[in-house]
Order: sequence, then C-alpha cells, then structure tokens
Amino acid sequence: MNLEIILFILFSVIAAASAVIMITRANPIISALFLVLNFACLAGLYLLLNAQFIAVTQIIVYAGAIMVLFLFVIMLLRPEHDLTLQKKSKIKFMAAAAGIFVFAQLVYIIFFFSPNASQKTSVQSSINSGTIEQIGTAIFTKYVIPFEAAGYLLLAAAIGALVLAKKKFE
Amino acid sequence: MNIWEIIVITLIKILIVFTLLLLTVSYLVYFERKISAWAQNRIGPNRTGWKGALQPFADVGKLLLKEDIVPVNASKVVHTLAPVIALFVAFTTFAVIPIGPDIKLFGYNIQLVAADVNIGILYVLALTSLGVYAITFAGWSSGSKYSLLGGIRSSAQMISYEISMGFSVAGVLLLAGSLRPYDIVYSQSGWLWNAVIQPIGFITFFVSAFAETNRLPFDLPEAEPELVGGYHTEYSSMKFASFFLAEYANMIISGALIVTLYLGGWHFPWLESFGLAPWLVVAIQILTFIFKLAFILFFFMWVRWSIPRFRYDQLMNLGWKVMFPLSLLNLVWVAIVVMYIKP
Repeated sequence: MNLEIILFILFSVIAAASAVIMITRANPIISALFLVLNFACLAGLYLLLNAQFIAVTQIIVYAGAIMVLFLFVIMLLRPEHDLTLQKKSKIKFMAAAAGIFVFAQLVYIIFFFSPNASQKTSVQSSINSGTIEQIGTAIFTKYVIPFEAAGYLLLAAAIGALVLAKKKFE
Repeated sequence: MNIWEIIVITLIKILIVFTLLLLTVSYLVYFERKISAWAQNRIGPNRTGWKGALQPFADVGKLLLKEDIVPVNASKVVHTLAPVIALFVAFTTFAVIPIGPDIKLFGYNIQLVAADVNIGILYVLALTSLGVYAITFAGWSSGSKYSLLGGIRSSAQMISYEISMGFSVAGVLLLAGSLRPYDIVYSQSGWLWNAVIQPIGFITFFVSAFAETNRLPFDLPEAEPELVGGYHTEYSSMKFASFFLAEYANMIISGALIVTLYLGGWHFPWLESFGLAPWLVVAIQILTFIFKLAFILFFFMWVRWSIPRFRYDQLMNLGWKVMFPLSLLNLVWVAIVVMYIKP
C-alpha cells in the first residue's frame, strides 16, 4: 500500500464518521464542530487529488467564514433549548425523503453511471488543472465574464442584506 | 531522495522548529516582563537565576502544578479542546515560513522550511481563519456570560481585521506573482523590499497583525473593566497557559510573516558585493532573518507599553473605515507599479 491510499482511507473514514456524528448530535454546537472536522477531511481529499486551490478555499470559505457565522447564530440564539423541531414528524418525514433522494443520486452516479467514458482530457492535464496558476489563468481569460457577473451578484446580495438589516433598526 | 528520506528529514525539521518555537515563546514572556519593567522604570524579574533568566521555567512549573478548575456549567470536552485548537493553529502556521536559502548538508540539498508549497500564503490565511474557533469555543464552552461575550467580541475583531490583512497580502502577491513564500522572498532581493515599494500595505498589514494576535492596543478580549478576563476567564492551570503560549507563538508567526512578506526575508542588502565564503553568506542571511524577527517582536512589546487600549467601537471603525479602504488603495497602487513602473 502506498502513502496516498493510506491517507485516502484515513481522510475518508474520518469524513464519513464525522458526518454521521454531526447529524446525530442533539447539541447544535457539537454538530457544528464535527461539520468543521468534515470540511477539514474533505480539504485533505482534495489535496490528494492535487486540487490545492480548492482544498485551501474549502478551509478559508467554508470552515473559516461560513461556519463561524453559523456558530455565532447558534451561540446567540441558543436553539438547544428549543425542541419543537424534533417533535414535528412532518419535518422528519421531509428530511428523510430529501436524504434518500440525494443518497439515491449518489449511488446512481457512483455505481451505474461512469463519467470516465465521456472524459476526453488526459490524466496529466486534469492533474495540472488543479493548481492555482491554471485556475487563475482560466478565471481571468476564458471565464472572465461569468466571474465578473458572479462578483456583481454577490455585491447586490450584500447590499440587499445591508438594506434589510438597516430597516429593522430604524 | 526517496519518499522515506523526505519524511524523516521533514520530521527532523519539524522537531527543530517546534523546540525552537517553544523555547522562544517562554523567553518572549521573560523579555516582555523585562521590557515592560524598562518602560515603566521598574526592575522586573531578577530573582530566579542570573538576572531572572530562569524565570520562564519557574513560571511553567507553577502553571503545571496549579489546580485545573473546570466550571460546573462548562461543556467539558469542548472546554479542553479549545486551547488545543489554539496551540495547533499557532504552531502549524510556521511550517511554510522559510528562514534562509537552501543549504547543503551530508550530500542533501536542504530547504530551511518544513514545507515548500506553492500555496504557502493561502495556507497561512486558511489556518489563521481557523484560529477564530479556539476563541469562540473557549467563550461558549465555559458556560459564563463574560466568557461568551469576550469570545464573540474577539472573534468579531479577528474577522474584521482578516479582511484588511488579506487585501494587504494581495498587494504582495501581485508584485511577486506567486503564492510561494520562497518566490516572495526572492522577488525582494537587494534593498527594494515590499515595505519600501508599498508602505501603505506594510502599515495596514502590521496594524492588522496586532489585531489578529489580540495584542495591545487591540487586546479587547482581555478588557478587564468590562469583561473580566474575556474568553479565558474560566480557564486555569495549563489550559490557561496554552492560550498564553498560543498568543506568543502567534506573535512570532506574525513577526515572521511581516519579515517574509515586507522586509525581504533573509536578504541583507549588498551582501553579495562583500565576496564572502558561501557558508558565511548563508549564516549571515539566517542571522539577518532572526535579527529582523527579533526587532519586530521588540516593536510589538514596545507598542504594548506605549499606547492605551482602543474602545470597541473605535476598534471596529478603524478596521472597517480606515484599514480596509487603505488596503484597497494599496492594491490599486501596486497594480499601477506592476503595469507602468516595474519593467
């Protein structure tokens, strides 16, 4: 067994275990903690695929920014005393249905649909495409218009959030 | 070199860096006390060893022997985990900071850095963004109002200053054209360091570094009059010492980052023109790095005992209304330099 396989098994086992622990905890802060661990393992898996930029972005954006925001909301609102969510069987049913739907999709993609058949790029070029130089070049040349459009969309969303928050204070 | 040799060499490097960091951290506390004594016209620790030189070991012994108190309301596992996260973030960040050029030892070409990765600076930013967890978890898990408020306050501070820090770093990356710390150091050889080319970025990064390490004048988390001890109010013994250690380790890392990004790393101006032996050049370059780092650390302490603490709204105003626009201005300036002035 070479080093990559050992690392892959390590990261994937921790990622799967932390995902299961995350959805079974009653305390939302502990759930958030395990979700961060899950993100870290995902970043490790991306690194094994030589996608360094996505690995670091995973940590900076998801673990470092979005989850911190979630954590703030959880800490300040203290939903662990609020048990109405667990009592409603309708929500449980909907959640289970959504979970089964996503799981079925994953099973189909992994076992019945082979994406490699339509793959035309060589292995070497897809390995190189994960480096930050390649991604930067692609974003600022080939995909510059979608990139700028996404930037404007985010700016509009940020201004909208500010306006809504300000209305509440006035 | 096969893979096992690389692993063994990297482990040895990690061991050396880790030991040196721990020793430096304990002596930084000693120097902090000596410099504060100098600033306030006192004597400082002078009983343990020659001029108090053994004081750090006495302090660590005292902290280890103290009773470890965990509040009844605390969430025990998270309460223990928080200082561990703080230490982890503080020590792993140093992995990508190079302290000198390559050296040849026993036939191996050894880089003076634990991991030379091409996303080095992003790695540092990613780990520092995880540092917020240590503080928020410490604040929440203690089960006390002061801790929670202190934790939330200091994480808001860290998030706010991370933005201007990131934009200041963007200026450096634009000029170097790379995220690899080695390339950034090589791009500022001679005396044209980034601090000379982009002084505004240097200042915004420096100020943000003070805020990120929770040092005075931005040590709001420890504002005793309103918040008691902030997020580590309910910590005692070695867990408290871990936060203390992490704070000083973070200081060393911000200092090393400032040296690498803005002060030319290990470069000594016009060293090549003296015609010295190669090993002497490398030794002088490593000493140059250490000297620059020591100066930055001294500056950190000097500021701590010279400037009073900001009020919380002043801190947020400074972060969002002064530092953030200034770092954007710096980015525009660097873009102009890259387009029109730099050949």
